[in-house]
Amino acid sequence: MVKYTLKRLFLMLFTLFIIMTMCFVLIKSLPLVVKSTVGQDAARLEQIIVSRGYRRPVIEQYGTYLSRIFQGDWGIGINMEKGTYVIDNFKTRLPATMLINVYAMLFSVPIGLLLGIYAALKKNKWQDQVISTGVMVFISVPSYVYAFIVQYLFCFKLGLPLQMKAGTDWLSWQMFVSVLAPVMSLSFGTIAGFARYTRAELTEVLTSDFMLLARTKGLTKGQATFRHALRNAMVPIFPMIIGEFVGIIGGSLIIEQIFGVPGVGRLYLMSIQTLDYDYFMMLSTFYTFIGLLAGILVDLSYGFIDPRIRMGGRK
Amino acid sequence: MEEKTINNYEITAESFEFAQLDANIHDSKLDTKPVGYLKDAWRRFAKNKGSVFAACIILIMLLFAIFAPIASEYTVSFRDPYFRTTLPISSAAKNNQNIDFWDGCSKIEVSKTMFELYYGINVESNQTAVKRGEYTSRTVIQEIKKKQVETTLYTIRLNSYYKIGCMYKNLTEEEYLAIQKYQDETGKQVLYPVVAKSQRVTALLDARDISTASSKPYVNDDGNFWYKVTLSTSAPYTPTAALDEDGNFVNNYAVDATTDKDAYTSTMLVEGDTKQYLYAIKNQGGYEVRINYYEYFCFVHSAEGDKITEPFFAFGTNGDGQDILTCLAKGARFSFLLAIFVSLINLTIGSIYGAIEGYYGGAADMVMERISDILGAIPMMIVLTLVRLQLSDKSDISPAVIPVVSLIISFMATGWVGMAASVRMQFYRYKNQEYILAARTLGASDRRIMFKHIFPNAIGTLITGCVLVIPGVMFSESSLAYLGILDLSSSTSTSIGTLLANGQPYFNTYPHVLIFPALFISLLMLSFNLFGNGLRDAFNPSLRGAE
Repeated sequence: MVKYTLKRLFLMLFTLFIIMTMCFVLIKSLPLVVKSTVGQDAARLEQIIVSRGYRRPVIEQYGTYLSRIFQGDWGIGINMEKGTYVIDNFKTRLPATMLINVYAMLFSVPIGLLLGIYAALKKNKWQDQVISTGVMVFISVPSYVYAFIVQYLFCFKLGLPLQMKAGTDWLSWQMFVSVLAPVMSLSFGTIAGFARYTRAELTEVLTSDFMLLARTKGLTKGQATFRHALRNAMVPIFPMIIGEFVGIIGGSLIIEQIFGVPGVGRLYLMSIQTLDYDYFMMLSTFYTFIGLLAGILVDLSYGFIDPRIRMGGRK
Repeated sequence: MEEKTINNYEITAESFEFAQLDANIHDSKLDTKPVGYLKDAWRRFAKNKGSVFAACIILIMLLFAIFAPIASEYTVSFRDPYFRTTLPISSAAKNNQNIDFWDGCSKIEVSKTMFELYYGINVESNQTAVKRGEYTSRTVIQEIKKKQVETTLYTIRLNSYYKIGCMYKNLTEEEYLAIQKYQDETGKQVLYPVVAKSQRVTALLDARDISTASSKPYVNDDGNFWYKVTLSTSAPYTPTAALDEDGNFVNNYAVDATTDKDAYTSTMLVEGDTKQYLYAIKNQGGYEVRINYYEYFCFVHSAEGDKITEPFFAFGTNGDGQDILTCLAKGARFSFLLAIFVSLINLTIGSIYGAIEGYYGGAADMVMERISDILGAIPMMIVLTLVRLQLSDKSDISPAVIPVVSLIISFMATGWVGMAASVRMQFYRYKNQEYILAARTLGASDRRIMFKHIFPNAIGTLITGCVLVIPGVMFSESSLAYLGILDLSSSTSTSIGTLLANGQPYFNTYPHVLIFPALFISLLMLSFNLFGNGLRDAFNPSLRGAE
């Protein structure tokens, strides 16, 4: 298991390194754009750019870039937040993104699982039909359409705050209320996803032989379902939750844009608009890493949860 | 080498002997027709009502995307400065005043001044700005400038096509004559008598020497004040109609004996005119006239000779004055084209790549798998940004096509990874089966085994994959356009994402700008998912007889 984990980690870092290299070469081979703003000391900025080696050949730059990364220096802003460290700006923006995604998960996991379990228990009855139809609809509709509906129904008609509150009191009640709208827009799709997956897994487990055995040895339907079926169904569901949680951090770009969340997604959009390459590099690495991490966590958690699965063992 | 040894035996056809030539065959030929894989899949697909329904909806949407831009009077580049955020109207409601749904009208409550202004349009030009001329009123106490004022509010159904009414416009002499000619030919009143400059509401307000620009609900020099008004005695000096004893509006048309009057030779006269009213005021460039915008719009487009006959927007217009129906159909057409194209490219690259991977296995598989892993791990958004920036740097591509080209390149670069994986899986599953061994023993080449013997097994997954790629591409495309990463709107085309982004500011005031594109894309996604799931089930032989 340890060997397998190490191998996967190594492969992940290798993939990340290749992608970073590709991104770096492609982005830094473009001419460096420096947009002048009024009241900015252009000469000083130019001095920083030259002293950091941004006018040297790309390969040489990449060497210094990698060595700087290990010291926690991801470059400096050239067109946005000029002359400040990219990583600092990133750190101030990460909590907002994390916050709406954590809340979205807190909503979607219980609701999604409950709906899925209920649908599985009532398989092919009208309750199941209703939930399954709803799930199909909610999975298909794009998240920005939810955002419009939420904006219209909850913000405009019921008076929820439209934009996220400024400030860093992440856990306060006002903050919770102000992020409700983006959290709701994010949650619909994930709730539907969890419900569908849970229903599929649970119906499969419910029809297996050991369930019959559990009933014949005298367990009630409820006991059998909760002690045997649910536990087994959780084996594939739990990794999915982990994967979804990690993946969702990278997926809320549109929602952040619509509801004015001062998060990482906006930073990415701004970096493209202003052609700030250091920001772009750092955020590309971030998003790629998130995606890779989600994949590896899902695979590894199977091994930890289910004793029948021994990753990397002899076949 | 092998062939040569076989040839050495020199077996001729004559040396063979039939084993059972005169034996009795007891098997009888099957009466029923054999059911092939595709036929069986089709049969099971047809049973799934939801999927068939979804397929029909997709077909309807596809037809809409193809034919709506051709049939539509409008183009994407059509923009009207006055018909902005015009509400949608159905042709049924256009012809029948009693339909109150999808009728281009909105129910609003307005002040007395605005009510008179709208009602005046009904009276002057018979254009029912106030639908059916119906209104209800209520009296409320409002606080205006820290004083309690009793005001009357009117609830009306306001027609967004007619509410523009009349406006003052400067025309050249040729235009002025052309409009008169148009009036006589069609019998439609475009020009209405003007109000003397000193009598206009703006002039009256200016005489009071107050700046009420900020609190005025009507536009400066509003052409709809064709009737006599009195200003209230205190600020904000709201103008109200000065009615006669019967409660009718009294017109305020300029009656002038100057020669300007003679330039109006048209036979179209407003009610009660015995050629005494002035229809235009001569100025340096030509004439200042009061035109009815609705009719003027018809005139302009008939003069330009385009297809537009009358302002009629089935889905309304957006904030730029574009026809939503046309834009939506054009955007959908682009989406469909792109998605189908990308899906076909994915199919080609993915199946060849996956086939090679899966069939040869070993080192080739490992290297290729690593490459596709890496490509698959780059978020689409990042690939797209890189491609777009690189393309914009190369000056030999025209800026207009860069967004489209970069979309196609980036989908080509990474989109096929999933397809390749599923083909590879199929190859791993089938390549060691006995019938492949048999084929190889009989001397079939690698290519023949791959494409003739193994590949058909993957057709089900491939078709499903192809169909499910389409909504994915459409979603990505609309999201990217929505976020503004790609600007896909041009003079001939647009994207649903762009429409949604432009409609965003109107979500509470004019929701129709958002509703139609949002509904369209949601329905499309839903139908494609249902259709794709139906296909997947139909192509899965293990589900046979399960339902």
